[in-house]
Amino acid sequence: MAKGFVAIMAERCKGCGFCVEFCPTRVLTLSSAFNSKGYHPPYPVAAEKCSGCDLCGMYCPDFAIFGGRHAR
Amino acid sequence: MNETTLEIPCEIPEDARNPVEPFLRMDRMPHIWCAGCGIGTTVNCFTRALLDSKANLDKVAVVSGIGCTGRVAGYARLDSFHTTHGRAIPFATGLKLANPELQVVVYSGDGDLFAIGGNHFIHAARRNMDLKVICVNNMIYAMTGGQTAPTTPGTAITATAPYGVSEPTFNLASLAEAAGASYVARWTTYHVKQLARSMEEVLKRKGFCFIEVLSPCPTLYQRRNKMGDGLDAMKDYKAKSKVRNGAPTGECALSMTGEIVVGKFVDRERPDYLELLRAQMTETLGDRYAEPEVSCCSEG
Amino acid sequence: MHADPKGVLTGVHFIDGDHACCEGTLAAGARFAAGYPITPSTEVVERFASRIPTIGGIFIQMEDELAASIAIQGAVWGGAKAFTVTSGPGFSLMMEHIGYAAITETPCVFIDVQRGGPSTGLPTLPAQADMMQARWGSHGDYGIVALCPNSPQECFDLAVTAFNLSEEFRVPVMMMLDECVGHMTEKVVIPEAESIAVTPRRYTKRPPAEYRPFEPMVDLVPEMVKAGDGYRFHVTGLTHDERGYPSMHGDTQDRMVRRLQDKLKPLANGRALCETEDLDDAEVVVVSYEITSRVAQRALQAARRQGIRAGKFRLVSAWPFPSARIRELAGRVKAFVVPELNLGQMALEVERAAQGKARTISVSHAGGTVHDPDTILEAILEAAR
Repeated sequence: MAKGFVAIMAERCKGCGFCVEFCPTRVLTLSSAFNSKGYHPPYPVAAEKCSGCDLCGMYCPDFAIFGGRHAR
Repeated sequence: MNETTLEIPCEIPEDARNPVEPFLRMDRMPHIWCAGCGIGTTVNCFTRALLDSKANLDKVAVVSGIGCTGRVAGYARLDSFHTTHGRAIPFATGLKLANPELQVVVYSGDGDLFAIGGNHFIHAARRNMDLKVICVNNMIYAMTGGQTAPTTPGTAITATAPYGVSEPTFNLASLAEAAGASYVARWTTYHVKQLARSMEEVLKRKGFCFIEVLSPCPTLYQRRNKMGDGLDAMKDYKAKSKVRNGAPTGECALSMTGEIVVGKFVDRERPDYLELLRAQMTETLGDRYAEPEVSCCSEG
Repeated sequence: MHADPKGVLTGVHFIDGDHACCEGTLAAGARFAAGYPITPSTEVVERFASRIPTIGGIFIQMEDELAASIAIQGAVWGGAKAFTVTSGPGFSLMMEHIGYAAITETPCVFIDVQRGGPSTGLPTLPAQADMMQARWGSHGDYGIVALCPNSPQECFDLAVTAFNLSEEFRVPVMMMLDECVGHMTEKVVIPEAESIAVTPRRYTKRPPAEYRPFEPMVDLVPEMVKAGDGYRFHVTGLTHDERGYPSMHGDTQDRMVRRLQDKLKPLANGRALCETEDLDDAEVVVVSYEITSRVAQRALQAARRQGIRAGKFRLVSAWPFPSARIRELAGRVKAFVVPELNLGQMALEVERAAQGKARTISVSHAGGTVHDPDTILEAILEAAR
């Protein structure tokens, strides 16, 4: 199981791609699906690699994604 | 798992919450900023700084001027003031002097703070007024449609310089230092950790502090200059920025395509406005000097 | 609530209008002033700067009038009673922040010691040409209060009233002096603190969860909070709803702007301050204010001696304008004579209120000195014909 998780509020996303680009473990990719505003939100293509560092959350200008660590 | 749906294929704890939410007026989301704009990223850093500095949030006030960054005050779940164009600093000056226990943060844009508000900036720095000034520098007047700012680098195309900007720019860090700021740093929205740390540092420190943050403006600055989108700007920051803490600010001017020197440039101790006032009054008036108590009461 | 004795210089003084104004602000509880030097108003803050360090407060000389006029509003939201002082050119620069005070309902006082204009005009000489600017100078629709003292004693008294009205209605209040009143030295009696009534700030007693910053009370004025008390409120110069959140809708705009004017109706309808004499039998009424009301007094006496039934109507509050009283008088007098040190500003307002039922004769004067009382007398005689 992954150390961390990413939570994505797809409807808030504007598809800038910051989270995908700067994820240190390359967990994310932009989905081919659209949200209701017509943007492609990210989705965890490699969820198991997530360390829960929340760098995606630090970068996201739309407060649409954040990461966290699972309680052990 | 299907990459064409928006279902999240990983386990998320039920009580998981975006750490920014306690600091923001979530009932006002979504915000007005464009896709790829970096202002929201700076706000993330600010919320982390508030958290890490363990500031009493009831005693932190945000004051903004007008413009895209001016909207930060409206989203911060703090005592927050969206003032007039260019006048965030003098408003903040009054607020701070009336209630010195407040940590007053001025959060505004380059046009607001350095064109229409330039005079207030230099005087607040000269006085070493205990304000924390965060300037999101997107190098343009974005809210009004992409006109030339005092930070727009030479030859860039803007709405009011359709054939290219010919004026020199301000070097904000150098200006702040020359005017007397106690603390001067520059980061970009790529440097989220460093920016959050700088913000935390100034929240814990007295005196006039200035943090400049370079931030993408894909809609109004980059588009006209064929500089790509927000992500392109972020990659550019990553590629071109060089951390040089303590660098002489005079050597840190920005250009359209050149190196971006970032870091903490100035960190010096100077007595702040109220300390100087107290010292002078005590010297002159002795016991007759009464500490300012400006708060008025309501009845009962 | 009465004045805090710390700020009250009880006694009999021989001081000018500017200094008396300063004593009024201190008696009213002002503990914060921001200013920028400009003739003929600077003496107000010079005195404040000398008095405040031993009372406990702040004076800051700002870099310009734009800064001064917004610094006081920051101070108000930090809990202070605050004011600034200026004259024509500086008053022009402050217009934006009179609008900000109006839309954010920030109680504060602007003292304008009027000089000749436009632009740099007559820095050391009187005029009364900022009267319309005081009312309409900032863009958009809003209500303000403007008071017009005609003596140093009234500079003191009305400075207290100015603060009290600003707190009661949460509006910017202008004190409209002119150079003559500002620099005229007379006896000023400052009473004991216990006999000076001071209107407290309308702080809410509601807990943060139940408080909405711009929700009007029954008198249309919302309750206030200050920064640092845990309300985490938002104040904006944008059109806003009751929560204080920006709202770019015509209906919010309509509701907000009408309330900004309507909340002053009690003042406009009944309490608009004026001083009257000999109106019962009057056929001609002289409407005047500030220094001109003292020049007009002599013309009124001369007219009475010549058998003309002339009455006095002095505007103590120019804004709200006492329209109802002028309208009522218009029904039974021949004419209004309006002498003023401008080319006919308040005369327009008298004419509007009179609704054609009585003539309005403007006795205009461009400023620099005061009227010759005979000029006013001639106008009275002509009006009575």
